[in-house]
Amino acid sequence: MNIAVLVKQVPDTTEIKIDKETGALIRKGIPTITNPDDLTGVELALQLKETYGGNIHAFTMGPSSAKNMLRELYARGIDEATLLSDKAFAGSDTWATSHILASALKKHAFDLVIAGRQAIDGDTAQVGPQVAEFLKIPHVSYVDRVIDYNDGMLKVKKNEEHRMLTLNLPTPALITVLDEAAKPRYMNMFDIFRRSHLPLNQLTCDDLDVSLADIGIKGSPTKVKKTFNKSATQKQPKQTLNPEQAARTILDFIEAKGGQS
Amino acid sequence: MEHILSDQHRLVKKTVQQFVKDTVKPRAKSIDESETFPHDTVESMREMGLFALPFEEIEGGAGGDTLSYAIAVMELSKACATTGVILSAHVSLCAAPISMWGTSYQKETFLRPLLSGESLGAFGLTEPNAGTDAGAQKTVAIDKGDSYQISGSKIFITNAGVADLYIISALTEPEKKHKGISLFIVEADRKGFSVGKKEMKLGIRGSSTRELILDKVNVPKENLLGKENKGFGMIMQILSGGRIGIAAQAVGICEGAIEEALEYTKERTQFGRPISSFQNTQFTLADLETKKEAAKGLLIKAALYKDQGRPYTKEAAMAKLYGAQCATEITQKALQLFGGYGYTREYDIERMMRDAKITEIYEGTNEAQKMVIAGSLLKEGTS
Ligand SMILES: Cc1cc2nc3c(=O)[nH]c(=O)nc-3n(C[C@H](O)[C@H](O)[C@H](O)COP(=O)(O)OP(=O)(O)OC[C@H]3O[C@@H](n4cnc5c(N)ncnc54)[C@H](O)[C@@H]3O)c2cc1C
Ligand SMILES: Cc1cc2nc3c(=O)[nH]c(=O)nc-3n(C[C@H](O)[C@H](O)[C@H](O)COP(=O)(O)OP(=O)(O)OC[C@H]3O[C@@H](n4cnc5c(N)ncnc54)[C@H](O)[C@@H]3O)c2cc1C
Repeated sequence: MNIAVLVKQVPDTTEIKIDKETGALIRKGIPTITNPDDLTGVELALQLKETYGGNIHAFTMGPSSAKNMLRELYARGIDEATLLSDKAFAGSDTWATSHILASALKKHAFDLVIAGRQAIDGDTAQVGPQVAEFLKIPHVSYVDRVIDYNDGMLKVKKNEEHRMLTLNLPTPALITVLDEAAKPRYMNMFDIFRRSHLPLNQLTCDDLDVSLADIGIKGSPTKVKKTFNKSATQKQPKQTLNPEQAARTILDFIEAKGGQS
Repeated sequence: MEHILSDQHRLVKKTVQQFVKDTVKPRAKSIDESETFPHDTVESMREMGLFALPFEEIEGGAGGDTLSYAIAVMELSKACATTGVILSAHVSLCAAPISMWGTSYQKETFLRPLLSGESLGAFGLTEPNAGTDAGAQKTVAIDKGDSYQISGSKIFITNAGVADLYIISALTEPEKKHKGISLFIVEADRKGFSVGKKEMKLGIRGSSTRELILDKVNVPKENLLGKENKGFGMIMQILSGGRIGIAAQAVGICEGAIEEALEYTKERTQFGRPISSFQNTQFTLADLETKKEAAKGLLIKAALYKDQGRPYTKEAAMAKLYGAQCATEITQKALQLFGGYGYTREYDIERMMRDAKITEIYEGTNEAQKMVIAGSLLKEGTS
């Protein structure tokens, strides 16, 4: 099973700072990590490789500092890594990012593409499904387990919080994974010294079949108007009620606001 | 120290830190209280390849260097000095000597399983009446033609009872005193070999420290390490390498103690403000950090000298001496910043203070380090 994994380098902080003027994330000076869901994706790929054989190729779009992340993935055991980096890519939103990633993936034949559910900085959870659409392959998001792979069919469990679905997916396909899907292993000392300096592939805009109109800021339909932190303010005085009264009060409140019970 | 680390060093540090956070730190308190050897932690260390770290690939090693090994011991010891010394004794006192002087048979038979972590190693030098005066040992090895017969006893041996392989020093020519010492590789399952009393200790209580009893243990001639009667010089070299491991353990303890103190003093309020806002707290922390960084500098120098093939005996002794002194002082002063809470077993700092003391004693006491440093200084001058 040949697998592509999409990995994103993200700022190592839960308290993201936003540039007030542009509304974009401030990334300068913040240490970076591999997006946690993507480490899950890499681990799942390693486990699938152990069972079904094949080859694992990681792709990231980002600045050249993302090389460090790819070296780490080599030390975790992937076979090949590609960095997509170009000034023309800067400012890409999820649509443009997906476009770029899909163009790079098209140059190879994969049975499975694994993306994280969502990135901890952008948080949209859009890139995986959009890449699948650009590649015209089926996808399942929110996968928390891969059950098996037989005759080109991948059987997965999708976690929709209130229900679980078991789905069969014809490959080539794309899945996005939740952190339950696999627990990332530790890097092994042997692999750190033997593999972390394996050569990385680097592709720029010229290497891809993309038009400048589809990528970067110009190719990004998302226009950020405003970003802000949600804040909760207490409008009603605090009441102490038993569970029954509490349920009644909440229901009345919802109904008064035009909700339906 | 970040400025001298390679990408690989950073990855070693990162992955060991993650392992410490997940596994080593949560277990540190319980293995201390129950005085039990952390077998499952050791199993994970084996899977991570830590036991193979500073050895070449051709002999089954991971291809790392002394600095990466020091980083690993340091990170482990930040949370648990017991775990740090298990690795240090295995690598520096058992695997390294076989890597340095082993025959190809010994490397295949003994070193490979040590590096893969299939076997755990230990080193038996100290005897009840031969500590600092290592040349005064009494264990003998009698030449029986195709084998040696070893008789005697060793005391305070780290990893004893859990190790599969021991390097044992014994007199092949007793009348020559320290010039008649040789080293042997002894498997734990040899007839006549047994472990004695388990020591109940002040610190590093999860580490196994026991007596070894050798009652006419026959070992084949192939198990002689290096040349006959050359053991004393080899022991001095083994201990020099080992001191880098113990210096790393000491610096790790220092760093762990400072981290704990920083966290606590920012949280604890007295007189209406965090105690970290008092100048005494700040000046204490500043002193501790400065000392710890100086100790780390000495450690890194010793590790780099070893990796560059330069003489490093004095550097290793200085790193170990100063690191150990810092560990004792820093843990005590850090504990003071916790007040009464620090004295209770609810916080890790009291364990760190108990653990720190051993670094001033084993692999040569502080006084023994000063003998080594002064010896080199008088002969070669200051560097
Ligand atoms: C409101 C808002 C405003 C934004 N404004 C800007 C802006 O002005 N400028 C700007 O540059 N960005 C901006 N972004 C961020 C940008 O849209 C995303 O960071 C980027 O396109 C990826 O989307 P995501 O982080 O939501 O990833 P998700 O869709 O959450 O990621 C899902 C998975 O897709 C894969 N993936 C995502 N990104 C990459 C990648 N680069 N390489 C490889 N795999 C990847 C990973 O597997 C990841 O786990 C904004 C985002 C939001 C929500
Ligand atoms: C937990 C633990 C683990 C150990 N692990 C190992 C191990 O794995 N393998 C092993 O072989 N040994 C091990 N040892 C032994 C350790 O190396 C010795 O305890 C140490 O070298 C000191 O020897 P001693 O205890 O006999 O003290 P002594 O040599 O009796 O020293 C007592 C005091 O006298 C001082 N002193 C001695 N001679 C002089 C002198 N000439 N000038 C000035 N002062 C002097 C010493 O510095 C010390 O302060 C371990 C010990 C402990 C406690």
